[in-house]
Amino acid sequence: MIRPLIVLALALLLALPAAANPALEAVIAGNLDQIEKPSRRTVEPLVAQIAATGPEGLALLSAWADRSLGVTDDGRLLIVDGDAVTDAVTGQPVPGADPKMLRPNSGVRGVIESALVAGEISSPDPARRAAALASIARDGTAEHLAALRAAPAEADPALAAQRDRVTALLAIRFDPDPAARVAAIEAMSGDVGLDFRAALNPLLATTRVAAPAGPEANIARALSAGEADFPREAAIALLTSQGILQPRLTPADQRNALAANIVDGRVGGIPVAELSDPAARDRAYEALEAAGAVAPAATEAEVEAAIDAHRFFEIYAEPNSDVTDAARAAETGAQVRLAAMTGIDLGLDALSLASIYFLAAIGLAVTFGVMRVINMAHGEFIMMGAYTGYVVQTLVANRTLSLVVALPLAFAVTFGAGVILYRLVIRHLANRPLETLLATFGVSIALQQLAKNIFGTQARPLTAPAWLEGAITINDVISISSIRVAIFVLALLFLGLFLFIMKRTRLGLEVRAVTQNSGMAASMGINPDRIAMMTFGLGSGIAGIAGVAIGLFAQVTSELGQQYIVQSFMTVVVGGVGNIWGTLAGAALIGGLSKVIEFMNPANTLAAQTFMILFIIIFIQFRPRGIIPQRGRAAEA
Amino acid sequence: MTEKLTRQPFILRNPSILVVLAVLAVFTVAVTLLSQAYGNGTVPTSTVKVLGKTLCLALAAVAMDLVWGYLGILSLGQMAFFALGGYLIGQWLMYARTESIVAASLAGNPIPPTPAELQEGVANQIFGVVGSSDLPLVWAFAHSLPIQLLLVVAVPGLLALAFGWLAFRSRVNGVYLSILTQAMTLALALWLFQNDSGFRGNNGLSGLQNIPGLDAVDQATLSVWFLWASALALGLAYVLAAWLVSGKFGSVVRAIRDDETRVRFLGYPVEGFKLVVFTLAAMITAVAGALYYPQAGIINPAELMPIASIYLAVWVAIGGRGRLYGAIIGAALVSLLSSWFTGGRAPDINLPGYTVNWVDWWQVALGIGFVLVTLSAPKGIAGIVDHLGGIRPPRRATGEVPQPAQEAKA
Amino acid sequence: MMSKLSAMLTLTTAMVLATGAMAQEGEPIKIGVLHSLSGTMAISETTLKDTVLMMVEQQNAKGGLLGRPLEAVVVDPASDWPLFAEKARELLTVSEVDAIFGCWTSVSRKSVLPVIEELNGLLFYPVQYEGEESSKNVIYTGAAPNQQAIPAVDYMAEELGVEKWALLGTDYVYPRTTNNILDAYLKGKGVAEGDIFVNYTPFGHSDWSKIVADVVALGADGKKVGVVSTINGDANVGFYKELAAAGVSADDIPVMAFSVGEEELAGLDTTNLVGHLAAWNYFQTAESDANTAFIEEWKAFIGDDDRVTNDPMEATVIGFNAWVAAVEKAGTTDVDPVLDAIVGVEVPNLTGGTATVLPNHHLTKPVLIGEIREDGQFDIVSQTEPVPGDAWTDFLPESAKLEADWPGKDCGMFNTETNTCVQVQSNY
Repeated sequence: MIRPLIVLALALLLALPAAANPALEAVIAGNLDQIEKPSRRTVEPLVAQIAATGPEGLALLSAWADRSLGVTDDGRLLIVDGDAVTDAVTGQPVPGADPKMLRPNSGVRGVIESALVAGEISSPDPARRAAALASIARDGTAEHLAALRAAPAEADPALAAQRDRVTALLAIRFDPDPAARVAAIEAMSGDVGLDFRAALNPLLATTRVAAPAGPEANIARALSAGEADFPREAAIALLTSQGILQPRLTPADQRNALAANIVDGRVGGIPVAELSDPAARDRAYEALEAAGAVAPAATEAEVEAAIDAHRFFEIYAEPNSDVTDAARAAETGAQVRLAAMTGIDLGLDALSLASIYFLAAIGLAVTFGVMRVINMAHGEFIMMGAYTGYVVQTLVANRTLSLVVALPLAFAVTFGAGVILYRLVIRHLANRPLETLLATFGVSIALQQLAKNIFGTQARPLTAPAWLEGAITINDVISISSIRVAIFVLALLFLGLFLFIMKRTRLGLEVRAVTQNSGMAASMGINPDRIAMMTFGLGSGIAGIAGVAIGLFAQVTSELGQQYIVQSFMTVVVGGVGNIWGTLAGAALIGGLSKVIEFMNPANTLAAQTFMILFIIIFIQFRPRGIIPQRGRAAEA
Repeated sequence: MTEKLTRQPFILRNPSILVVLAVLAVFTVAVTLLSQAYGNGTVPTSTVKVLGKTLCLALAAVAMDLVWGYLGILSLGQMAFFALGGYLIGQWLMYARTESIVAASLAGNPIPPTPAELQEGVANQIFGVVGSSDLPLVWAFAHSLPIQLLLVVAVPGLLALAFGWLAFRSRVNGVYLSILTQAMTLALALWLFQNDSGFRGNNGLSGLQNIPGLDAVDQATLSVWFLWASALALGLAYVLAAWLVSGKFGSVVRAIRDDETRVRFLGYPVEGFKLVVFTLAAMITAVAGALYYPQAGIINPAELMPIASIYLAVWVAIGGRGRLYGAIIGAALVSLLSSWFTGGRAPDINLPGYTVNWVDWWQVALGIGFVLVTLSAPKGIAGIVDHLGGIRPPRRATGEVPQPAQEAKA
Repeated sequence: MMSKLSAMLTLTTAMVLATGAMAQEGEPIKIGVLHSLSGTMAISETTLKDTVLMMVEQQNAKGGLLGRPLEAVVVDPASDWPLFAEKARELLTVSEVDAIFGCWTSVSRKSVLPVIEELNGLLFYPVQYEGEESSKNVIYTGAAPNQQAIPAVDYMAEELGVEKWALLGTDYVYPRTTNNILDAYLKGKGVAEGDIFVNYTPFGHSDWSKIVADVVALGADGKKVGVVSTINGDANVGFYKELAAAGVSADDIPVMAFSVGEEELAGLDTTNLVGHLAAWNYFQTAESDANTAFIEEWKAFIGDDDRVTNDPMEATVIGFNAWVAAVEKAGTTDVDPVLDAIVGVEVPNLTGGTATVLPNHHLTKPVLIGEIREDGQFDIVSQTEPVPGDAWTDFLPESAKLEADWPGKDCGMFNTETNTCVQVQSNY
């Protein structure tokens, strides 16, 4: 059905007058290969050629960059816009065509966009102007600077500010007048933006050279061999790389040289069998040197002489010293502020991690603090909460609404699970905490496998609503994702809720009474069993909500709970049981400490975790009852 | 009665020892006669290895029972000692095997290798896999079997001593101590997971089943030798443990479990007793590990993640803590069942509308089993055995599960 | 006396075995499936178990192999590495399988290797890996570093203009070795030491805020930053979520992942990840008839229209087909004749070309680079001609001089400088 249509369309097209843009047609015909398989390295001249052919060329380019350009079997380019297909050269509609869509990679798209940018800057559509600015900011050139300066005044104030900034940054890099560059640097001095530093740092890039006298260049500083950041080995390596010194003899070279000179089972008069001794090898090599069989290696004296004969410099790639001085000053000025900002950002990260640990541990603290029961299945309650969130999201399409439903539902589900676990297991093990630990561990592995059987082993998506996506960004250094802020708020809410329940409600009063003296509480008409059940349910319910929160920023798998259970234990133990403030302090300490250690050793997150646990072990030696120990009668129980 | 008991040799006071030793001997001889190397081949080599490994696990469980069942410390970090033993013997196994390979390969060179070149070759061979070529300091003694054998007991022993001294001195006990031991094994596991720690990170030490110098002996024979060694170690450790808990020392230890404060008031150095038992158990566990991993063939940090130690505790609980043979029964039963169910040969159960595939459901069944045993048989399988056999061993000799109210003091 | 007895025993055993062999006519050919069905790796490996089962079913529908039906023996090594060795021994000696399809992580392969080599088994290993190995008894159907990592990095440097590299990985052997090779390769191309940032995180890591911030900060010296991610499994979910939250677009900092495929993306909302990259030898979007048919069969087999296909599945399929072809060529399922027959076997891959089994027991594979689309699939933006897999990388000095050639030199670790075989068995 389609094939006859194509034939018909082709016949019609052939009958049409010659192409509307012969120049474009020629360019396409000559470069079809490259259009189908473009490469960023080579595509630039082609893009320029196409752009030069006029509006059809520009339309083709923008379609190409949007991946809405297709090629037919006979080598024509078609622009596909939904169902409408038009010929890129003639602008004629081509009904029923089935082109192979072109998929230029993002590097090629960048080149195309960069070529289109000059025109887009003055586009009437603000969105396109913004996109053009973003494209220049990412990959600007000297031509862009000229285009920006030539462009008509910007009406939108936000875009105008952004354009000024981009222009200034390009001026630092490309302005032909050094004074203008210095002025641009000084005007922006104190800014900690990543783009500003990205403009400065290439100016300050240096290379090291060795020369007999001071070279004709913009010298950053003179070095002397043997100072802290320029050890003697570095000087020798530099001299060797410049061809001034012969490379020194490596053990492998020595061995190969010896092996090449074996004569009658002897090397330099020394039997081969003895050459497993390094000293014998040296003697053999010296003998060969003396006999002239091998080239002499650089000796210590030669090295010393070469180092003495040369001076060492770091020189800027940027030739103008005024520019480099200004850049150096701006860079130094930014460093202090930058350090402070990094500190604040680290603090935010730590706060975020602490609130996650707090949320995960608070339920555990409730059950542990009140009943001295270790619930190994706590992690699985977190997981159940996360899966509840996932299930709700598959049923309710609106993400905000699904979250509103999921949070209380997760609480209800895990509250129920907690109550069931209490009635069936924990109640029968009252006052046997270590056996409770084992029984709940059994529950934990059963629940984990059940989750695998029900939901499969793949990670399930749990996605935050749009208003929680993105980050709250103060500047390029300080930034925290919205979801983490939301979790922080959630943690605060639960702290408040918990304090309210404990201090202001009947339930809280009874819980405190049972905690302090169960027997006495019972004789006052409180049912300790019911209270324990409610507390356990409450703790589990909070775990469920924590699960939804964790699922939003991490992965929902059946092993989700495992990752938090040990940290939660630590949080509770470090903080001190039976006290919500203790849990808070524990979470803050652990969260903060892990971030600080991570900061000091950025390449190895695993080491950070190890050190943190070691710290906790040692900490507990000194404060066996935690940061905020329980006082009074309950402490002895 | 007490006087009469103490004058008897302790084996006569504990007939269970003879039963256990006899069962162990019969088992070993039977497996040997059915093995491929020394018998008719009914029991394949892979099963001999499973059985040998099970004996090692039972040995670790006996040590766990000493610490938990008799001393009352629920240590959730025992597998740290087990794995340390494995790592320390693994170092020698890997080094010696690699050295012979490297020496053989370098022998073809025109110039004989220097010791430094030989060591460099070994390091490159061992650590090339994880992208390094230097021999870390922790491998300094790896070339020497006697030193590594000494380290197998010394390092875990010292670790237990240091950890125990710190923890017991500051009177950390009960659930806190459990979590602290868990933290210890987690820290060690995370440290070993790092490549920089010099134990090949997540890859661990592998190829341990090939014993250097015994290249001519096939695995069928080796597996039986290791079975013998494991059985011997289990037997010796059992006698040692039974002797330890039967005398006055054992009485004090159980008293500490039941009421630590009272024992302290009576003037006993409680911390000292705890340290001795904890350290000794760690050393026994390390020996078990050193025998286990050459049979398993590979050791890596996942082996000492906290969950492994929890499993060990569960075995003891299922078998019946406070009874040494209970620990053996529990460890053997659960690990063998586990091996059978994951082997894919357990028959599926066809229910109307759903087929229960054991690979999927075995873990669920195991979990529920733990709960049921804890709830309905607090003394574990050994308790059932006692009940069926009508045995009421004297309280002092085996110890009871502590009274709820007293343990809550922890 | 004793020796006589054992000799008699051996004799009887031999006779029993011989009669057993005679009776085997028409009996099923057994193959082992050694993939974790529980534990952390179940997330990836279960799919491969299903793939093998599907291939077995299809082969049996075609009339089996050598006139005998195929039977898959599935075991569960439970993501427990020593258990891999135990189960492999069981498969080879108790179930007596003729080939094993299995393993995912490098450590599981290293655990199985000594057993397979000792018992002369045959393992098909279907996952991209770090190379530096060639065993007589293993056919590596996944990519070696030169079939994934090196072309991917070339692509980033050439096509995306990346000048500064962040190598992020999970802390285990595949990322470690791959990053080592890349480090040497990039330095060889003139990239300065300071322009390579390396970070390792634990399995299942979920707190990515600091690391993403570190990567963003790399842009401060004005060079284009690119991330090469060897982050494994579900840790990717948190990583990509944090990346999206930080507003890092693929145009600013492209992320090239070696362990993220269709299956991993199924657990994610990919709207914010559009344009980030992955390098594989197969994508579900590959346009070929073989692939269309395979996807249809897979969805029908698994009974779920939303299930995706991925690279290790393709590698499993190629491995299975290569084994079938080799068995038919050899006329037997015995390991040694099959190993002789399999080198040079050419089977179609799913991306339209063919895969050849090389003398070093690796395959020729095309390298595909894909950009993530909104629907969790990949737009293929680059596809090379088939690249022969290199067991020993050319970019590390110690490995550059090694090569593997089983039919020619009967050695997997042959030193070309000294012309000697370093060792016949593998490094474990």
